[in-house]
Amino acid sequence: MSGHSTYQPQSAFMKWMERRLPIAGLVYSSFIAYPTPRNLNYWWTFGGILSFMLVAQIITGVVLVMHYTPHADMAFNSVEHIMRDVNYGWLLRYLHSNGASMFFVAVYIHMFRGLYYGSYKEPREVLWILGVILYLLMMATGFLGYTLPWGQMSFWGATVITNFFSAIPGVGETVVTWLWGGFSVGNPTLQRFFSLHYLLPFVIAGVVVLHVWALHAVGQNNPAGIEPKTDKDVVAFTPYATSKDAFMMVAFCMVYAWFVFYTPNYLGHADNYIPANPAVTPAHIVPEWYYLPFYAILRAIPDKLFGVLAMVASIVVLAFLPWLDTSKVRSARYRPLYRQFFWVFVAVCLGLGWLGAKPAEGGYVLASRILTFYYFAHFLIILPILGKIEKTKPLPNSIADSVLSEGVPIGAPAPAPRAGASA
Amino acid sequence: MIKRAILALVLTAPLGAFAAPASAQDAHSTPVPPKQSWSFAGPLGKYQPAQLQRGFKIYKEVCSSCHSLSQVSFRSLADAGGPGYSPAQAAAVAAEYKIKDISDAGEPIERAGRPADRFPAPFANEKAAAAANGGVAPPDLSVMAKARTYERGFPWFLVDIFTQFQEQGPDYISALLKGYEDAPKDFQLPSGGNYNKYFAGHSIAMPKPLSDGQVTYDDGSPATLDQYSKDITAFLMWTAEPHLMARKRLGLQVMFFLLVLSGLLYFTKKKIWTQVKLHPEQLQARPPTEYKH
Repeated sequence: MSGHSTYQPQSAFMKWMERRLPIAGLVYSSFIAYPTPRNLNYWWTFGGILSFMLVAQIITGVVLVMHYTPHADMAFNSVEHIMRDVNYGWLLRYLHSNGASMFFVAVYIHMFRGLYYGSYKEPREVLWILGVILYLLMMATGFLGYTLPWGQMSFWGATVITNFFSAIPGVGETVVTWLWGGFSVGNPTLQRFFSLHYLLPFVIAGVVVLHVWALHAVGQNNPAGIEPKTDKDVVAFTPYATSKDAFMMVAFCMVYAWFVFYTPNYLGHADNYIPANPAVTPAHIVPEWYYLPFYAILRAIPDKLFGVLAMVASIVVLAFLPWLDTSKVRSARYRPLYRQFFWVFVAVCLGLGWLGAKPAEGGYVLASRILTFYYFAHFLIILPILGKIEKTKPLPNSIADSVLSEGVPIGAPAPAPRAGASA
Repeated sequence: MIKRAILALVLTAPLGAFAAPASAQDAHSTPVPPKQSWSFAGPLGKYQPAQLQRGFKIYKEVCSSCHSLSQVSFRSLADAGGPGYSPAQAAAVAAEYKIKDISDAGEPIERAGRPADRFPAPFANEKAAAAANGGVAPPDLSVMAKARTYERGFPWFLVDIFTQFQEQGPDYISALLKGYEDAPKDFQLPSGGNYNKYFAGHSIAMPKPLSDGQVTYDDGSPATLDQYSKDITAFLMWTAEPHLMARKRLGLQVMFFLLVLSGLLYFTKKKIWTQVKLHPEQLQARPPTEYKH
């Protein structure tokens, strides 16, 4: 691409500063002049939304920590103290607990967008793998955070999840004892989980910097899945992308606020309002909704070790996606077959999520096994073969061409906004 | 080895799964609690102070002999969005209770309660509570209304997001209080158990706590089990979610603000992008003054 514009400091102070620390120039070239494909649709706004959610979680979390007590005997009561006695403590806690769910809503949309438009393909492999790492870190952080209120589901969820490590042959039991800091989930477990829950968001923030760095090195993918060639294919990040991101961020906040203010416990479990009790096992131990597909995969395999391996593999396989998908064409817009398989895959993931919340019995198990098989087949069988046999549609010559061929004659009034697509 | 047992539970469940549904569909399945109309439901929901006061009377006269309310402080009885007592009335309620404390001389004493105190538990400790109640301590009631639920099933769990239905806990509690019946002839009631059609497994340790006419209301409300069960449930919803009214009120303001802001941002975005849509041939990626060529 031609000519990245450079920052020209105007004031004497900024000129002085720019010679010593060119931070204004960095911001300018990364978030103002940065060329962004002009055909990006609203699905591309979720990266910004995710950054917002990370900041929101860190801010609410830091304030919650001022009132929370990480001790097995006091954690549950200190959360109730936050809910009752701390000024707007109920708001902070509900923002934080629902914020975790909204974070995952946004990341799933972000990931499926990447899958649909082939955002993981050359040269964006590292960008994609950093995203998979971010997703893993988010899962770890979410899990650690859910144990902190020290309710029944916190305790038993922690017990079940840490027990995955006991599947490691030979040293499993030792590893689990080491993780727990004892012979069962207890106060040492809670305290280390709290420490790590505070640490990991900053690790996430660090990897986000790498993720954005990699993004800015290769440029954004776009719905056409072809690289920008001229200045006609791009618009400046500000005001074009910023105005679009800002609108969607506020729209997303409305969904967030709906849960926080009106159904704050919908995404949680009633059992977590019962203080942790090692002597009483809840009737159904169910993880948070965002882990349910993987929980279904775990339970679909009738062997401890292979169940855990399958669950881990179901995420690790994502990191190999850039090489498993053999198609040279990125966007599903020009891949008629892949587009259908994509939606089947979405349905399979939703189905696994639903099955993860069901008791592992009867037809649910059979369905889980079929969908687990399909989940892996999508990556390991369908995608490698599809790239070889699929007859793709002709790609447009340029992004500008693809936009113009969508039927907006030059000089005509702007068409009414359509749902789901823009530009 | 708890962990072994859990893993066995989680991982071997699929193996025996095909036989399981038969046992789940036993003759005494638990009915879904009937849906009640609650004043605190919905986006504009509010507690009714009179109902909370009636509920509090039931807690004081009936429930508190076995159940603690340890998270709730006396002063909160006078908080906005609650039962609507004055600070003096809340202090008077507190003074009726004896609180264990340590005197300035270091001796254990019992003193009159103060507004800052929390409701004292009826038993000295959990073991004493269990010993006095057939082996299982009666649970604390502070967050009970949020700690019980029942399965909504597809598609209702999705519909609930939009209708904001989240009163499973209150529906369950009020149903449970009215759900005491004679056990069916073919039902083997364990000793110490009481038959309740809404309780999972139907054998509940708590004997029927409320009956018609048991508590005398001061405001002329009907002294019926139906009324009692609604009033105590509303009170327990308040103890579980004391800031519900503030939450819903702030929610309305936030939603209105976000709606207006998103509308403004949408039209801002539209205006910015009009040029791109109308005259793409004139589009310049960056303002010319910013180029450094």
